[in-house]
Amino acid sequence: MDFLRPASWEEALAAKAEHPTAVPIAGGTDVMVEINFDHRRPDVLLDLNRIGELHDWEVGEDTVRLGASVSYTRIIENLRSVLPGLATASHTVASPQIRNRGGVGGNLGCASPAGDAHPALLASGCEVEVASVRGTRMIPIDEFYVGVKRNALAPDELIRAIHLPRADGPQQFSKVGTRNAMVIAVCAFGIALHPSTRTVRTGIGSAAPTPIRAKAAEEFLAAALEEGGFWDNGKIIPPAVARQFAELVSGAANPIDDVRGSASYRRHALGVMARRTLGWTWDEYRGNERSARCA
Amino acid sequence: MRVTFTVNGREQEADDVWEGESLLYVLRERMGLPGSKNACEQGECGSCTVRLDDVPVCSCLVAAGQVQGREVVTVEGLADQARERGGRATDGTTLDQAKGWQAKPHGAQAAQPGQLAPIQQAFIDAGAVQCGFCTPGLLVAADELLERNSSPTDADIREALSGNLCRCTGYEKILDAVRLAAARQDEVV
Repeated sequence: MDFLRPASWEEALAAKAEHPTAVPIAGGTDVMVEINFDHRRPDVLLDLNRIGELHDWEVGEDTVRLGASVSYTRIIENLRSVLPGLATASHTVASPQIRNRGGVGGNLGCASPAGDAHPALLASGCEVEVASVRGTRMIPIDEFYVGVKRNALAPDELIRAIHLPRADGPQQFSKVGTRNAMVIAVCAFGIALHPSTRTVRTGIGSAAPTPIRAKAAEEFLAAALEEGGFWDNGKIIPPAVARQFAELVSGAANPIDDVRGSASYRRHALGVMARRTLGWTWDEYRGNERSARCA
Repeated sequence: MRVTFTVNGREQEADDVWEGESLLYVLRERMGLPGSKNACEQGECGSCTVRLDDVPVCSCLVAAGQVQGREVVTVEGLADQARERGGRATDGTTLDQAKGWQAKPHGAQAAQPGQLAPIQQAFIDAGAVQCGFCTPGLLVAADELLERNSSPTDADIREALSGNLCRCTGYEKILDAVRLAAARQDEVV
């Protein structure tokens, strides 16, 4: 096995071009588990820890450029006001030790359907900046996940940053697990209200081969909110609308039975999370603090 | 490959390190520092927790090559680090000193002042150690909490220790120990 330690982004791209099978390692919270358990023996490990820019973020007027290796701890500490959905999701990642090492680039690189960041990324409508010696391209998050643990990266490409729109409305994230810390999601749900475009975006985790959006639910809700003039009058969303939204979210999922939960439980839980997170975000939009924090 | 990094304030070198090896393996098997425990090897249990450039991490999930030139503090270096925080100059903990650590049974002579970090003494005094396997990781995590937050709430303590599993104590005595260390820290200041 080779261990490559590029000191700059250009060196990293050159190394990846030369060794397309090299496995990038940053926080190591996924790659090292696979190596420790002998599930994976890469020919080459490509250490990205030395590349300082991957740990930086910039908050612009409309978007946040988040370096691929910015740790979840930093996201929680520094970006809660501009990326509330992602910050909330980051807080549910494993434990302090893992959040100190892991970042969104790794979640995207693994593209596990259970990655905690995915629902928030889908709901935000971000773009992933990937690069190779051939150049840089932006992949919309909707086109990023292509299969179970597969993403749209070419073999010579690396993830450099994630460009997320700054939140223009309330965002929420909810996750079901057997305890608070150290849990791989049984299923998870993210929602972002976008008042500036009068749209709603969602993300579902751990309930389909890839992280997905519940598009029919989004469209239904946007139409219902528009029709009732809710964005302007700020009235409470009628229970029937919330119920229908929850059912559509539930129906968008395509879960399996596994050790963490059954398909039917996942569908049920998603509906509950969809209804609750919609209530929380809408309360916040109407200017009310949410009374109960129970998920 | 060769990896050179600082362990408990002293520069150390490990040779013939396999590229897929974890920092935990290097510490335990190549440097003879068995304080950091090897249990789950997947970041679930926290018993291998060390500080990497001050930040608590699971050493089983750090590739050895990633620590080149960086600073690691293990449970064996906690006492020294605590002395340094107290403003006393220290020159780190040698591997031989670190290897000299031993668990003292009840009734044995009490540790000399300064031999243990305050958090270690608090764990003993509060009865927070049963089988002891999770203790090193908890000590490193709790020590880091008290370093940045001198009077943590119970919620802060639970959050800071949420990545460390203990199967014996039910955690109550561990929480007591952290509260005790925090209270003693406040008295000193």
